[in-house]
Amino acid sequence: MELLEGNNLSMVFGGLSALNSVDIKINKGEVLSIIGPNGAGKTTLFNLLTGIYSPTEGKICFRKKEIKNLKPYEITRLGIARTFQNIRLFKEMSVLDNVMIGQHCRTKAGIFGAIFKTPAVRREESFVRDKVMDVLEFVGLDDVYKEKAKNLPYGKQRRLEMARALATDPELVLLDEPAAGMNHQETNDLIKLIEKLNDMGKTVLLIEHDMKLVMDISRRIMVLDYGKKIADGSPDEVKNDEKVIKAYLGDDFRKENEGTDEIKRVKEARRTKEVKQAKEAYVC
Amino acid sequence: MQILTVIIINSILAVSLNLISGYTGQLSLGHATFMGLGAYAATLFTLKLQTPFLVSIVLGAVVAAFFGFVIGVPTLRLRGDYLAIATLGFGEITKNVLLNLKITGGPMGLRGIPKVTNVYVAAAALIFVIFSLGRIINSRVGKSFIAIREDELAAEAMGINTTRFKILAFIIGAFYAGLAGGLYAFLFRYINPKDFGFMRSIEILCMVVLGGMGNTYGAVLGATIITILPEFLRSVSPAIAQYRMVLYGLLLVIMMIVKPRGIIGESSLSNKKPKKLLEKGGA
Repeated sequence: MELLEGNNLSMVFGGLSALNSVDIKINKGEVLSIIGPNGAGKTTLFNLLTGIYSPTEGKICFRKKEIKNLKPYEITRLGIARTFQNIRLFKEMSVLDNVMIGQHCRTKAGIFGAIFKTPAVRREESFVRDKVMDVLEFVGLDDVYKEKAKNLPYGKQRRLEMARALATDPELVLLDEPAAGMNHQETNDLIKLIEKLNDMGKTVLLIEHDMKLVMDISRRIMVLDYGKKIADGSPDEVKNDEKVIKAYLGDDFRKENEGTDEIKRVKEARRTKEVKQAKEAYVC
Repeated sequence: MQILTVIIINSILAVSLNLISGYTGQLSLGHATFMGLGAYAATLFTLKLQTPFLVSIVLGAVVAAFFGFVIGVPTLRLRGDYLAIATLGFGEITKNVLLNLKITGGPMGLRGIPKVTNVYVAAAALIFVIFSLGRIINSRVGKSFIAIREDELAAEAMGINTTRFKILAFIIGAFYAGLAGGLYAFLFRYINPKDFGFMRSIEILCMVVLGGMGNTYGAVLGATIITILPEFLRSVSPAIAQYRMVLYGLLLVIMMIVKPRGIIGESSLSNKKPKKLLEKGGA
């Protein structure tokens, strides 16, 4: 069953077309990755799905409901949460408060409730606090909840952004380059985290350049190039797609990836031949 | 005692602007407008309808809050510099309307206001303001304000209706400023549109910046210094006192360079990294 469907999405900035009639379909419970070279329109697509931009053309339906003209906060309330490519935390706020903001759209205390601290408000506050601590434990940040967000190391800031997104109780989580700048160990932890998320029943859409992560966890991969979709399919299909290799993965990826004896043999043969030729040239 | 009362009234003004500019991060250059609206409304309620003092200043604050809403709806869709210019414009419009209406006495202002404000009433009002503001800041609403200041786009993506909460901050700030305006009118017994012009707005902003953006006690400290300073200068030499606005300007420039977060800015209380604070500049 599809959770989100975008049809014929186009986005034009001035005269520049960032996206050109792209179709996207996300099924419930899957992990879909978007890959492609820089400037291919991946983040633009994210911004369309989360309401930061309104598409120049096309339709977006989330759970069969048109969301094209909704504001970002309304879309969040419907159940789509996101992280940002360049971390956008509330730097001066504590880790706990950052994640509590995620619960904003699920709570309703107003100013009079705040001033008089009514029992209902107190109950809501302690409920939110418990819930937020659970989320922090899930991503492994429960020990630093008092720390200011800006004081966390980079990898933890990335995880805090995920925690904040998760606190909005989303059905669909959009992760924009979650592994950017992470080392090998951190990336492996992240893979586990995303898998755990998916096991919990959350649908995940992610943009990523780390091919190990993408190939490991995606059920489906979509490839964008110059604002157009050039491939959409299982990791194996995409890996071997000529267009994708040419536009993004590159020949190196094929060699590294396939690494079969066949290729090795051919390579070796070519090298022996070259050496032989060189020798001959030298002799002459 | 009079000077203490003035300090308290100015503290309320600084604390209320601090909610808008310090916590929510929206630069307003027309804060004195709300003070003026509160002062005029409270005075008119008392002079024309003979409502009791307390009722008048609360009604004055409500009127100011209403105008906070009216001004906030169109302007808070703007960001940064544009918002500052728009609030400036609204301030000037209000001043000119007050100057030309018959009911407000035009440039003559309103006189014959009973003197009711004393240091106790003012202190009670300040305590009420600080207490309620503290509660708001620590609540879901206040955290949303701070989130908007920290990153408006991220706040919206996390489900906060940013426009609505910015307007809310404006309304609360205007309410408190209106309260201060009412107290002011019943202290000086005479009000005039010029009391609530651009210069007054800048003065309030100076208090907040000097004391510390995003810190309630910093705002009180800033208000105290800015209120005492001209009195102090006058006792030294009346000639210098004339140049107090020059001095404010100088003070702001120095503060921005030396301590951009104010004397007790938000970070300096809980964070011991002065170097980092300097690097951040006037953010």
